[in-house]
Amino acid sequence: MKDEALLVADGLRKTYALPGRGRLTAAEDVSFTVARGGSLGIVGESGSGKTTVARMLVGLVRPDAGGVRVDGRPREARTPRRKAARLARAREIQMVFQDPYVSLDPRLTAAQCLRTALRLHGRDDGTAAELLDRVGLGEREAASLPRHLSGGQRQRLAIARALAPGPRVLVLDEAVAALDVSIQAQILRLLDEIRRDTGVALVFVGHDLAVVQHITDEVLVMRRAGSSNRAPPGGF
Amino acid sequence: MLLTLDHLTVDLPGAARPLLDEVSLRVAPGEVVGLVGESGSGKSTTAKAALGLLPGGATASGTVRVGDADVLALTGENLRRHRARTVAMVHQDPRAALNPVRRIGDFLRERGADRTRAVELLAAVGLSDPERRLRQRPHELSGGMLQRVVIAGALAVRPRLLLADEATSALDVTTQAEILALLRTLRAEQGAGMLFITHDLHLAAAYCDRVYVMYAGRVVEERTARALFAGPAHPYTRGLLSCSPTLGDTSRTLLPIPGRPPSLSDSFPGCPFAARCPDAEPECETWRPVAVDLPDGGTTACRRVPAAVPAAAERSTT
Repeated sequence: MKDEALLVADGLRKTYALPGRGRLTAAEDVSFTVARGGSLGIVGESGSGKTTVARMLVGLVRPDAGGVRVDGRPREARTPRRKAARLARAREIQMVFQDPYVSLDPRLTAAQCLRTALRLHGRDDGTAAELLDRVGLGEREAASLPRHLSGGQRQRLAIARALAPGPRVLVLDEAVAALDVSIQAQILRLLDEIRRDTGVALVFVGHDLAVVQHITDEVLVMRRAGSSNRAPPGGF
Repeated sequence: MLLTLDHLTVDLPGAARPLLDEVSLRVAPGEVVGLVGESGSGKSTTAKAALGLLPGGATASGTVRVGDADVLALTGENLRRHRARTVAMVHQDPRAALNPVRRIGDFLRERGADRTRAVELLAAVGLSDPERRLRQRPHELSGGMLQRVVIAGALAVRPRLLLADEATSALDVTTQAEILALLRTLRAEQGAGMLFITHDLHLAAAYCDRVYVMYAGRVVEERTARALFAGPAHPYTRGLLSCSPTLGDTSRTLLPIPGRPPSLSDSFPGCPFAARCPDAEPECETWRPVAVDLPDGGTTACRRVPAAVPAAAERSTT
């Protein structure tokens, strides 16, 4: 098990029942690995199943077949009932979504949001300031509610929130797609720094190959319902 | 000239700075002109001014002309005809442009296309089985297909000026490429001019004849697409180019522009970009931008670009 990759997706498959009869295959036999501190991009057009794969990794969608292993340990398809097991599972993989506004609690300031997440995982909530600093948010932003933050600042907060449990893998689903280009570049650079400094592995889902290849070592291209090509960036 | 904006300034009560500040812009018949900038730069406001659509409560000075018509002075039936016949706009979200309870055929008929022409138009924008599409409703079609329907609707009126506001930004890249090619051919067939708004500088440089770059309600640079790409003159344009990822160029590190795009509550005594500019000098904080001519025919509004001659169209007003 020593040399197994950090994240292993093995033969993931997901279908949905269609109204009437028949089934829609969202993902078919998707397999890949991500090394410790590695970075994998998943690109594809809408409907190719890339978001379904991201959600299966995190556990928001239960695969029909196949499984996900982190550090050699298989992730249960079902969320465990015991708190300790649930938290341990959350520490394996965290997710950042496209729209940070709906993924943040509108009633919590940035600092409160991070302290809540840290306390939940039994970590020192004094490190909230450190995390905010890590993603480039200052004291003024720390005391702000999400609606008083700009889109880029909200996404920084969402990233800090995802980092709070100290995850091994960060799954980002179109995390920079809604941002202005100058802000997008700031976030891409931030993610690169975080990967270098903390050794967290990234799975970066996006539709823009140019953006994805900039931040990843390897890119998985999905066509309709299934994975097809895999190549290092620049190999296209 | 098809579309001429001359020193258009739009003020909103309660905003710290004008929405648009002395914007001058031209589109010739048959020309594809790009308008590039980040959110809040005023590019959509500029395009909507060509329709005579200004935000509620806004006051405008300067002129907007489409052909011979003074758009800001149009009222009643003339304004309606201008919006319905002369200019057509395609927005980013096709679902917001279509009535969900009406059929595609009704949408096209509303724009003066009879059944035969509606079928022709749907075929021209690359939709399969156009006869059947006429009877379908928006929820039965994908986003890319709906955007094609909206473009068919825009072309149905044979407009002289086409405004495309992030018309392909929400689409998949392959669909985007098809729709862009389509817009270009259809526009050429009808001889219309196009104002193409996008946040993607690389796309604008590849697709347009000429490009205007906007920042904080001002035009900071106007160049031919090739010149813009080869030798951007304004530091903001350079910043945009060096922070946009490009394909097959992974060795280049992205250089983000620090800070964030200004909002309407930020006001600037001098150059609005000074705070984020890598080359800013103390004088930039108080220098009111004036566009200067560049040797290759473009203009830029940067204090540090040697002012040969102030551009004829942009004589200083203060």
